[in-house]
Amino acid sequence: MREGTFRATTGAVAWRALHNFATNPALLVPSLIFPLFFFIAFAGGLSAVEDVPGFDFPSGYTAFQFVFVMLQSAAMGGVFTGLSVAADFESGFARRLLLAASDRRAVLLGYGLAALVRWLLTVSMITVIALLAGMHVDGSGVDLFGLLGLALLVNLAGFGWASGVALRARSIQAGPIMQMPTFLILFLAPVYVPLDLLTGWIDTVAALNPMTAILEAGRALISGDPSGVALAFAVVLALVALFALWSLRGLRSAERAAG
Amino acid sequence: VSAPSLGVQVGQIARRSVLRTLRQPAQIVPALAFPLFLLALNTPGLERAVSLPGFPTDSYLTFALAVTFVQGALVAIINSGTDLANDIETGFLNRLALTPLRGVALIGGLLAGTVVLGVIQAIAFLLVGLAAGASFATGLPGALAIALLSLLTVIGFGTLGIVAALRTGSGEAVQGLFPVAFVLLFMSSGSLPRDLIERDWFATVATYNPVSYLIEGVRSLLIDGWDARALALGFGVAVGLVALGLALSSAALRTRLVRT
Repeated sequence: MREGTFRATTGAVAWRALHNFATNPALLVPSLIFPLFFFIAFAGGLSAVEDVPGFDFPSGYTAFQFVFVMLQSAAMGGVFTGLSVAADFESGFARRLLLAASDRRAVLLGYGLAALVRWLLTVSMITVIALLAGMHVDGSGVDLFGLLGLALLVNLAGFGWASGVALRARSIQAGPIMQMPTFLILFLAPVYVPLDLLTGWIDTVAALNPMTAILEAGRALISGDPSGVALAFAVVLALVALFALWSLRGLRSAERAAG
Repeated sequence: VSAPSLGVQVGQIARRSVLRTLRQPAQIVPALAFPLFLLALNTPGLERAVSLPGFPTDSYLTFALAVTFVQGALVAIINSGTDLANDIETGFLNRLALTPLRGVALIGGLLAGTVVLGVIQAIAFLLVGLAAGASFATGLPGALAIALLSLLTVIGFGTLGIVAALRTGSGEAVQGLFPVAFVLLFMSSGSLPRDLIERDWFATVATYNPVSYLIEGVRSLLIDGWDARALALGFGVAVGLVALGLALSSAALRTRLVRT
């Protein structure tokens, strides 16, 4: 590694994180299997939900659930990389990394890059399976590019949140703190039916949940009716900015602890 | 000195197992909170499903409550297995093997903590369901039948956790069974009745998945009344699980003690 260069540090950290991911079945298998399982359980088991009166998503229930699973895997992919950061701190490796790097933000960016690549692997697999399962895609190439961009930003936001927690706690025991809020924000969105079919408390909560705008825009993009996309990008960019700041301040906290 | 009677042996191990369960909030809280949490999230999200033609009730809460009991029981795999794996890892089982303790006493005693947790779960889920507005078509006798089916299921899954612990001797390996339990739950008739599942392959998987019959047994008592077929299948699967788990755990215990 060419010491001191930002790009080399980023690349080396990303490479190591990806190598660990690819060679450790305990990391690789769940990250591939869980989103696939959610897709099968929701798109397969609940497909009759598209017959509910008022359900008018044009591309069908498989595409409806594909977008949720895509965004869920993006967010959780970021969170799982945050767990890797915490594990590296627990083993003492991350402290040595911080000491060696001339610009410690490159270390953080390296983990973030690994989170993106990890998720791209997962989403490629889910997309192939969804298409083989007969998913209808009515959006144009531009729409799908928008959907991918939206999900990439969700992945970054998820990583920003989780790495911020990991850099402060510096222990794998903080895992539930990274995962539970992410899980909650995902499942308090309109997962099974569109927002206008929700009733009761979940309707109010989902309407206020920032994930709802992102999810609905993703579904609009895959169905070729890109409404609400500007709002969704504004929301997700705000989340990325907020959690990038949270993560960078966490890095300062870790630096102070490392001495 | 003669060995203590079987009752004393079971009692000693059971007392330890119950105390250990009750002293571990990490076992009790997820076993209660996680199933209720999923009930709270899924029920309002899928409430509209009751308008599907042929849906058996107008309350998705009542429909989904059955899943909560079975999901709670699935946690028994992890709880009973992790406790025993911990005993293996720390060498406690090795020391027990030097005593005149009989295998049946060990397995029976180990299940005591799981059974106590199962009772707490059954009471909590019944009360939460009632408070949230779920209907009980069979009234109090049905609630008792649900508790009984739920307990048998807990024992069945608990024995499978014991098998996993005895075979692997690793708490981490037992924890690795959690995703399997999750898959069994979601690939069943938990979210929709089997006759409303449109994808044939999913309906087939749900039909071969024994967890579907456990859920449908509980659900019949909540929605339909005393449905002999659903109850026979539900209790049949639960008793079968117990028998299978006991047979496998006895065999695994023999193997483990030979290794010891």
